[in-house]
Formats: sequence, C-alpha cells, structure tokens
Amino acid sequence: MYVAVKGGERAIDNAHAWLAEERRGDLDVAELSVAQIREQLRLAVNRVMAEGSLYDPDLAALAIKQARGDMIEAVFLIRAYRTTLPRFGASEPIDTGAMTCDRRVSATFKDVPGGQVLGPTFDYTHRLIDFALAAEGDLPETPQATPRAEPTPHVTEFLAREDLIQPEREGADTPRDLTREPLDFPADRPLKLQALSRGDEGFVLSMAYSTQRGYGRNHPFVGELRVGQLPVEMEIPELGFAIDLGEITVTECETVNQFTGSKTEPPQFTRGYGLVFGHSERKAISMALVDRAMRWEELGEDNMGAPAQDEEFVLSHSDNVQATGFLEHIKLPHYVDFQSELELIRKLRAEAQASHQEAAE
Amino acid sequence: MSEIPDQQARRARLSTLAQAPAARLAALWEAYGAAPEHEMLRPPEIGTVMVRGRAGAVGAPFNLGEMTVTRCSVRLGSGAVGHGYVQGRDKRAAKTAALVDALAEAGDAAALDAAILAPLRDEARTKGHARAARAAATKVEFFTMVRGED
Amino acid sequence: MRDVMTGGFANPAFDASYAFRAVLQAMARPGRIETVASATPPAPISPAAGAMLLTLCDPETGLYLAPSHDTDAIRSWVTFHTGAPFVPANRADFALGTWEALAPLSAYRIGTPEYPDRSTTLIVEQDTLATTGTRLTGPGIEVEAALNLPEIAAFQANRAQFPLGFDCVFCAGEQLAALPRSTFVTEVD
Repeated sequence: MYVAVKGGERAIDNAHAWLAEERRGDLDVAELSVAQIREQLRLAVNRVMAEGSLYDPDLAALAIKQARGDMIEAVFLIRAYRTTLPRFGASEPIDTGAMTCDRRVSATFKDVPGGQVLGPTFDYTHRLIDFALAAEGDLPETPQATPRAEPTPHVTEFLAREDLIQPEREGADTPRDLTREPLDFPADRPLKLQALSRGDEGFVLSMAYSTQRGYGRNHPFVGELRVGQLPVEMEIPELGFAIDLGEITVTECETVNQFTGSKTEPPQFTRGYGLVFGHSERKAISMALVDRAMRWEELGEDNMGAPAQDEEFVLSHSDNVQATGFLEHIKLPHYVDFQSELELIRKLRAEAQASHQEAAE
Repeated sequence: MSEIPDQQARRARLSTLAQAPAARLAALWEAYGAAPEHEMLRPPEIGTVMVRGRAGAVGAPFNLGEMTVTRCSVRLGSGAVGHGYVQGRDKRAAKTAALVDALAEAGDAAALDAAILAPLRDEARTKGHARAARAAATKVEFFTMVRGED
Repeated sequence: MRDVMTGGFANPAFDASYAFRAVLQAMARPGRIETVASATPPAPISPAAGAMLLTLCDPETGLYLAPSHDTDAIRSWVTFHTGAPFVPANRADFALGTWEALAPLSAYRIGTPEYPDRSTTLIVEQDTLATTGTRLTGPGIEVEAALNLPEIAAFQANRAQFPLGFDCVFCAGEQLAALPRSTFVTEVD
C-alpha cells in the first residue's frame, strides 16, 4: 500500500519563519552584526573560508550569522554561493617565503634567521575562563617594538642546503582541480593538498592524531609554523603583465619527518606540508601530518594499513559538506522504501509463525 | 625601454587600488571630484580567482582555494582605457579603480597619485607597521644562562 | 587592442541567460531557429556565435578557431571577454568556423562511453538559416523538421555513433539553430 505524501509547503514556510525568529533570539539582546562576527570571531571566519574554499571574510561572517553558528552549515552556504561566481583565472603560486609574518615558530631550531615570533597566540594561555570578558571593557595598550627588517627564510631551506631533506618534486604549472573534475584514485599530491586544505578540521585533526598514536609512524617535528599576510598576483591578459589582486592571510606548516634511505640513497628527512586560508594552526599542522602519512608509497615506505595512509579513505571522507549531505539526507522522507521493509518483515514473521505452528502439530 | 617604468607605475597603482579599503577609496575618489565621460567595456563583475600554493612551499603548484575579486574595464571619451581589479565583492570600488586607472593612463597620473594613491599607500604602510611592531614585541629574546664561578 | 574590448554583453546576467535559453531551446527542438542579438564580436563572427562564446566559454573551455575565424582581433576579443584558452581541434570543447574550415570532422572529440559529454560542440557559421533543405527527425521533433544543413553524410555518420558524437550549433547573423547528435538526418523527399 502506497501512501501519497503531498504538500508541506505551508509547514515549511512556517518553519523558516520560526527559524528566523530563533536566529534572532531574545529581542532585548542586541543583534549581532556581520562586522562584529568578522572582527571578533575571526577564527570562526577563517575556518569557514578554509572549508568553504572561498577567501572572503565578510561573506564568511554573514554565512556564520545565517547559519546561527553552525559551522558546517555556514560552509555549505559559502560553497553554494561560490558556484554562482565566474572564475576569472588562477593566481601565480603564492610565495610564502616572502610572507609578512605575524607569527613564526620552529620546534626544530631555536635560533633561526627571523627569530621565534609568537604572534597573537593562545599557546601560552592557561586556559582559565576569563570572566572579565563577559563584560565589555577597555583594551589595555598592546606593547610594540621596532619592526624587524631581517628576512624570514624557510627553515627547511637550511636543511635543503645541506641536502638533509628530500627535495620537493616539480609539478604541472596547471594543477588538477577537484572542484572541476570528479576525484579519481590514485590522486596526485596537488589534488591531495587541495582536498586536505578544504577538508573538515575535526576529521583532518583526528587523522593526524591517529598517526601520532601509532596508526602510521611519522615522528613529525614542526620545522616551521608561520602565519601572516601575502599578496596574491595574477597575470591579466588585457594588461600583458601580472598585478596584485589583494592580500590574504594564510597559515603554513612544514613538518620534518623521519628519514628514509635506501641502498642507493643516503638517509634524508622527509616533509609534510600544510597550507590553509586564514590563521588556522591546528588545521595546518594536521594537514601536514596527514599529507606525510599519505606519501608512504612515494617515499618507498610500508603500507601499515593505517587509515591515514589510505588515500581513498582520507579523501573520500574529508569533505564535510559532502559528508553531511549524505548523512542528513536520511532525515528526509523514505516512506516508500520503508513501506516495503515493513511489508517484508510482516511477511517473514507470518511465514515463521506458520512454520512454527506446523512444527508444533 | 620606456615601457618598463610605465608598466611598473601602472602595476603599483593597480596594486594599491586592489587592496584599498572600499570606504577609503570611495571617499578619496569623491573628494577628487572627477566624473569623466566613459563607456563600459566590461561592467563591474564579481568573480573569483583560484589561489595557488606550492607543495612544500617550493614544489608543485596546487589549488588552495578561491578568493572573491571584482573587476571592471572602462574607456574614457578621450580613448584611454582603464582596468580595475579589487579584492572582494564591491562593484563600485572596481569601477572607481578602473576610472582612476583610465585617468592616469590619460595623463593625470601625478594628480591622482597625490590625491588618492599616496594617501592609500600611506595608510596601508601605517597599518602594516602597526602589525609589524606588535609582532616584533612578541619575538623571543633568548637569554643564555652562563655558569658563573661561585 | 582597444576595440576588441567592446562588443561584450551590456547586461551580462540577462544577456547570458537569454542566450543560454536560446541555445537550450535550439538543442531541445532541432530545426527551431532562435534569435540572439546581444553581442557585437569582431568580423567575421556572427552576433549569434559571439553571444554563444560569451555565454558558454570561460577559462576552462578550450576553444579551437578554424582558419576562417582565426585572427588577432578575434583572439583578443575572446581572451578579454571569456578568458577561454585556444587549443587544437582534438582538445576543443568548442570549435568555431565555417563548415568547410572546420574540416576534418575526425579531429574532434566524440566523448567516451562513460562520459559521452566530453566531446566538442561545433559552432558553424553560415550565410543564412532556413527551415528548408534537409529533413530532421528524432528526439525533440514531433513529426519532422527541416534545416538548411551544409551536407547530409557527415551528420548521418555522426548519428550512427550515438551516444558518442559531436553536436552542432549553426549561426547566421543574429540567428542560430542546433543539431544535437541524436537527430536523424535525411534527404527531403
């Protein structure tokens, strides 16, 4: 027996109206502005930009407001909006070596050109809830010092100079784009990095943590973590030269990992790489660890069967919009499917009952 | 040979305009008071540019993610063509940038630099300096513990 | 260089939508002639073909310009307005030219069994379009339609390899009509 399901439009409209009211909350409380979210919840904005794969802080802030703080819902909004925009082209690869660093630390070398610059970090806070923040207050003046003029080269450069670290492979000038063609396995490294950068932070973090707990063995050191601004450049055909289109903040992590060696090659350190939009350290470090784990084959290591080594497992499950799309769809009506399940169960029970009675006689 | 300094100047000008805060650009343009006759070669258009990074910072390029950009191209009555590319989604800013570029190409470069570009550059420099000063204050000055003779 | 920057859509959102719907209708109802007058491309590109390029081409669609339509002015116009890369015929998503200049047809992609859509769309420029000349039947045509195709044999051969094949949009001035690979083409009795 089929049940015809129709209508619900009025219920849906009313649901949306109530959603808007819930979003607004208590009317005696001031409404959140997009600018407030952009400025004061900047790390949330960064996450939405990274996973939405669209650098636009105002837009991300608006998405967060509309999504009532549900980050994956906000990412969903960004991804949908992005599909309405034409793509003008691709930038020149950004030069993170020329970054104006807000923050730059290395866990491998204490004294590095450019120094250890802590930046605005949570790392050394004691994680005690600060009840003073519950009240709005004045900010004390932030200490300043003479800006450093020294260059801040990558730490891996020094290892590379001594041939202690595996060199990076060259690649095609035009990397493949998983927003333009279906992801296929095996995926090359540029595709893996693209997928990890826009992957769910929780998932990439867990995968990274699993490698540290023994599911895959990398012994990673953070060679360098840097956060700062750099210009984005693109060649403009009608001008005939490249121009700066703007400036973005990125977080970059380079890990230095266990060294390999073979009969022909001397031992060298190997690399992991993380690069994310915005100030997003946990994601950048996680990305570097998972990047390294997925490189086992390229580096001639053993497949230990660890989930993080399995590129199909990692890349098929890293996208949270894709994941939640399929997950949440099971809330939608499956009445017809379930009807047939119900009929089957009833039929089987009747059969079982009948044969049970027969046996009893 | 004279192409190159002109190209550098244009590149620098477009870079300043691309990164200018929209409100400041609008205010400075308004104050400049030009309203040149122009035709839209390309009306302001919001789009994206795919930002690329390099694996290991020096290796194979990969697609990091897109950023929003608005662009516009105009032609003045005089025939001078201007292009504006600005970060973000602001059609008015892109149009203003294109008009500034066109007027500069038409010969007003010095006046525009004084009235619009130099203030934008100064403000950007000040903002950058403020950040750099704060970062510098967080640089760790390691003390070396020297074992003294007691 | 300056003049090639004109001739684009005055109102891109509307103009592209209308042009897209025109091509869609033409493909859905082979033999139907649509009018699209919103673009002013450099000669000898017709306004209809120009509108198609502006609507459907972007930095990711490879465009092959046949010798009849390969000039500096055209290249500059296409680059400024669409950013489409210029590619050889065998890598083209779109190919533009007169029927003679587009030959040989064997150069173009016809798709794969998994992805029949990974094929070339030919934008064929001709002097006129009329609902006479060749008989069309098949999907989207209630009984039969007619269109002044440049020949018959090539399209019959194309239909024979369905679902693989190329698709055509014929342009003349401000008019366009389409012949998808699913259409049967025969002589008029």
